[in-house]
Amino acid sequence: MTSDHRHISAVDVFALSCRPPGLVWDNEATAQMSLPAARRHLIDVDRQRFFFDHYGLAERDLERYLAAALSAGGDYADLYFEYLSSTALMVDESMVKSASQGISAGCGVRVVSGERTGYAYTDDLSSDRILHAARTAALIASAPAKTPVAGFRQKPARSLYPVTLPSVDAEITAKVELVTRADKAARAYDPRIKEVRASYADELRNILVIGSDGTFAEDSQPLARMNVGCIAKTESNSARGNSGGGGRVALDFFFGDKNPEFFAKEAARQAILQLDAREAPAGEMEVVLGPGWPGVLLHEAVGHGLEADFNRKKTSAFAGLIGKRVASEGCTVIDNGTMPWRRGSLNVDDEGAPTQETVLIEKGILKGYLSDKLSARLMGIADTGNGRRESYEHIPMPRMTNTYMLAGQDNPEDIIRSVKHGIYAVNFGGGQVDITNGKFVFSASEAYMIEGGQITAPIKGATLIGNGPDVLTRVSMVGNDLKLDEGVGTCGKDGQAVPVGVGIPTIKIDRLTVGGTAKKDPGGFMQ
Amino acid sequence: MPSSQLETGNPKLETDLRELAQDIVRRAMYGGATAAECVVREGDEFSTLVRLGQVETLKEAGSRSIGVRVFFGQRAASTYSSDFSSEGLDRMVKSALELAKITSEDPFGGIPETSQLGSLTGDLALYHEDVYSLPGAERIEYARRAEKAALDFDPRIKNSEGGSFDAATGRKVLANSHGFVGEYRRSYCSVAAVPIAQTENGAMQRDYWFSVARTLKKLDQPEQVGKIAAQRTLRRLGARKAKTAQVPVVFDPMVATSILDHIFEGVNGDSVYRGASFLAGKLGEKIAGDNVSVIDDGTIVGGFGTSPFDGEGVPTRRTVVIENGVLKSYLLNTYTAKKLGLQTTGSASRGLAGTPGIGPGNYFLQAGTKSPEDLISGIKDGLYVTEFLGMGVNLVTGDYSRGASGLWISGGELTYPVEEITVAGNLKDLFFNISEIANDLEFRGSIASPTIRVDGLTVGGE
Repeated sequence: MTSDHRHISAVDVFALSCRPPGLVWDNEATAQMSLPAARRHLIDVDRQRFFFDHYGLAERDLERYLAAALSAGGDYADLYFEYLSSTALMVDESMVKSASQGISAGCGVRVVSGERTGYAYTDDLSSDRILHAARTAALIASAPAKTPVAGFRQKPARSLYPVTLPSVDAEITAKVELVTRADKAARAYDPRIKEVRASYADELRNILVIGSDGTFAEDSQPLARMNVGCIAKTESNSARGNSGGGGRVALDFFFGDKNPEFFAKEAARQAILQLDAREAPAGEMEVVLGPGWPGVLLHEAVGHGLEADFNRKKTSAFAGLIGKRVASEGCTVIDNGTMPWRRGSLNVDDEGAPTQETVLIEKGILKGYLSDKLSARLMGIADTGNGRRESYEHIPMPRMTNTYMLAGQDNPEDIIRSVKHGIYAVNFGGGQVDITNGKFVFSASEAYMIEGGQITAPIKGATLIGNGPDVLTRVSMVGNDLKLDEGVGTCGKDGQAVPVGVGIPTIKIDRLTVGGTAKKDPGGFMQ
Repeated sequence: MPSSQLETGNPKLETDLRELAQDIVRRAMYGGATAAECVVREGDEFSTLVRLGQVETLKEAGSRSIGVRVFFGQRAASTYSSDFSSEGLDRMVKSALELAKITSEDPFGGIPETSQLGSLTGDLALYHEDVYSLPGAERIEYARRAEKAALDFDPRIKNSEGGSFDAATGRKVLANSHGFVGEYRRSYCSVAAVPIAQTENGAMQRDYWFSVARTLKKLDQPEQVGKIAAQRTLRRLGARKAKTAQVPVVFDPMVATSILDHIFEGVNGDSVYRGASFLAGKLGEKIAGDNVSVIDDGTIVGGFGTSPFDGEGVPTRRTVVIENGVLKSYLLNTYTAKKLGLQTTGSASRGLAGTPGIGPGNYFLQAGTKSPEDLISGIKDGLYVTEFLGMGVNLVTGDYSRGASGLWISGGELTYPVEEITVAGNLKDLFFNISEIANDLEFRGSIASPTIRVDGLTVGGE
C-alpha cells in the first residue's frame, strides 16, 4: 500500500510502460446503444457444475472447508473458486507476432470477524491445501468455533451473457482473421498510417462462491476485446490513435457491426486528425463532453467516492452527503450490473450476490452507495451486489459495474451552440481520483475548440481536472443522446483491476480547468 | 488479537524447479520446436493492514506458475499454467506447439545466441530470509506502530486508511534450449502509513509514506514512517487553486521519477524501432541539458532493480542511457536489438506469456550538488509538485499534461498548499529545461531521481 489512487484506463497498445499498469488512451463510442432492461430468466441449477465435474468437489467437502474457516469463530466465511482460461493474439507490422494461451486456477478463503478480514489462497485445489488456506484465514478470529448454516441455497440467477467454451483450435483461425483484417483496414484508411498494432484477447472465467450463510453461486463469465492502435506520420509530425471494444460476448460479436474494420477506421481517423491538432488552452472554461466513453467523468468524479468502504471509514469526500445536493437537477446517475453482455455486467458479483441497478444520484440528490457484504453488514444498508475482486488472490471490495447518466432533454447541437469559448471533448484516455479530497482528472485524447458556438480546430490531448463533489453541480445542459462506451474500461483500486463500463449523454459543464499549454486567450475568438 | 504463525509456503515440489524447467524445454524440443524457453515463478506473500488501531486485514498465501515459449523456425507462441500436474504440463507444452502454427514468420524472432547468455556471479544480496522472521503478532505491531505515530503526531490527523506491513519472497527459474539454466530469489518487506487530516470546516487531505527494503534490517522504523506520513498529509491542509501561469516547477524526488519513466518509455527499443517514440532516431544527439545523465544498472548489490540475468538469460549490466545530455543508448532486448541492428542491453523482462518486453534495472538520474532547499531558495514564484494525478502523457508526440498538487513557492520558500491544477508542456523541451538537479538521490524502488527544477511548463488553474 503506497498510494490510494483509483483509476480507469483503456489499454494503449503503443504505450509500453516499464511497470504495470500500462498507460491509457482510447475509444470513441459511435454506436447508438439503448439501455435495455435486464432479461431475467432462471437457469437450470444443475447446468453449471464446473468445479464438481473438473475437480471432483462434493458438497460435503465444501461444508468441511467452511467449518475449517470458522474454526476460530468469526461472523462469516466464504470460498471463491476460480478457473480462468485466456487467449491473446497480436498483429504488429502486419505479422502475427504473438499468440499466447494460459490457465490459472485457485481458491481464496475469507474469514470476516467484525471489521476484520483474514484471507488466504491456494493455486492447488487439493483438499489439503484448501483446508490449510481455510485455517490460515481463520487466524483473524479468536473465539470458539462457529458452525456454518447447514445446506447451500442457490438463488435463481440471471443469464446476461452467452455461455461460451474455452477457446478451441477452430476458433483460433477466426481470431487471427480478426487481427489481420484490422491491420489491413487501418493501413487502407490513409497512406500516412505507418504503424498498426491490432490485438484480440478473450477469457472465460468459471467461478463458484460458497458462504457460511448458505450462499452458493456459480457463474461462467466470458470477456472479449479487440484493440487497434495506429501511428500516423508525415515528414514533420507524428500522432497516434486508438480504438477498441467488446464485452461479455462470444466471438461472433466481432463479425457483426463491431467488426475489425469498424475499430481500425476509428483508430486511423483519430491518428490522422491529431496530425493537425493545435495547442490546447489552459485554465478554467466551458467544457462540453461528447456521449459514451467521456462518462469516465462519472466514474472518477462520483463513482469511486460512493463506494461504501470509503464512506464507512469516512475517508471519502462524499461521506455524510446522502440526501444532499451533489449535482444539478438534470443529473441522474446509475450503476447497473444487469445490462446484457456489457463489459461491466455480472450475473452474480464475486461474493455470489445478484447484481442490480442502483440509483446513485437522482435529479442531483445523492441517494446511495455501492456496497458489498462487509460494508452492508457494518453500515446496516442493503448489499447492492457490487462486491468484486480481480481474482482468487484478492479480497473483494465495493466496485462499480456499468456507471452512466440518464439522458436529458437537450439537443446536442444546441449544447455546442450555447458555448462561446470552450472545448468539446469526445474521447478520453483514462482518469484518476483522490477520493479523500475529491480531486479527479481525466485526459482528453480527442477534443476540439468551440468558438462562438461552432466547433473549430482539433486540439492536442489535455488533462481536465475538477472537484468530484461539486463538478456535477455545474452541469447546465444534458443531452438526449445517452451512449455507453464500446467496452474498453478497466478500473484499478488498491491494485485490483476489474472490467467496467461507463456512459453519458452529451453534457455541458459551465466551468472546469483544462490543462493545456496555449497562452491565455488573447480574445481572438470569433463571435 | 490474532496471531499468525508463518507456515505459508508452497508444498514441496517433488521435482526440483530447475529440473522441471529444463524438462519442459526438452519436451518442447522433442515435440518439434527448434528453440524453447521455460520460466517458473514461485512466491509467498504476507500483508496486514491495521486501521485505527484494529487489525483490518491479514493475508497470507503462496503460489507458483509456469510458462513456456516455443519457436518453430521463425514462428513463436507461448502458453502458461498454474497446474503443475503431469497432464497440466503436457497440455501446456502441446498448446504452445499447436499455437505456433498460426503465427507469422518473423525474421527477427528467436532466443539469444549462446554466447550472449549468462549470469552475474557473486552474492547480489537480493534474498534475506529475515523478512519472514518476525512472529505474526510483531508484524501486526509494525503496522500498528506506523499508524499510531501518524495519528499521535497532530490532533488534526483525525482518520486513517491504516498502517501496513508487507513481506514477500519470490523465486524465478529460467531455462532455454541453448543450455541456459539460472535462478534467483528475491525478498522484500515494507511498512507504510496513510493518514487523513481534517480542517475545522471538514475538508480532508490524505497522503502517505513508506519504507521498503530487501531485508528487515534496512527497513526504517515504523515511527519514522508514520511521522513523515503525518507531515506530508498536514502540509496539504487548506490547499487552494493557483492562477494559470508559466512558472518554474520543482518536482520532489517521488514525482521526479515519473520523468525518468517517460525517458525510459522513450528509449524503450520497442517504441524506438516502430518510431512510436519521440526519441527514435536520436542516438548520439543532444536530447537534454548538459547536466542530465541517466544510468540503468541492473548489477547494484542489493538493488531493487537488480537481477543476475534478464528475462531472456542475458547477464544484466550497467548502461549509460544519457550522458551530459547526449542520448548514448536505447534499452533493448534480443528482438528489438536485432530490429535496430544493435546489441541487447540485457533489459528483457518476461512475464509468463507473450513475447519478452523491456524493463529497467536500477534506473536513475545522476545527482547534482545543491541541496533541495538551496534549489528552491533560488525561485521567486513557482510550483513544488508532490503528487501527480492521471496519465496525460503522449509518448509519440511528447505532449505532456497532468493533474498536480503540491506547495506554492514564494520568495524562495515553500508557502501554502495548492491543488486542482495542471502542469503541461512537451517532453522534448522538458528534458532541455531541467535547469537544476539536487543532491538528494535515494532509491525507494528501482527508479530513482533527485529533486529537479524544470522551467517553461504551463501551470493551469484559475
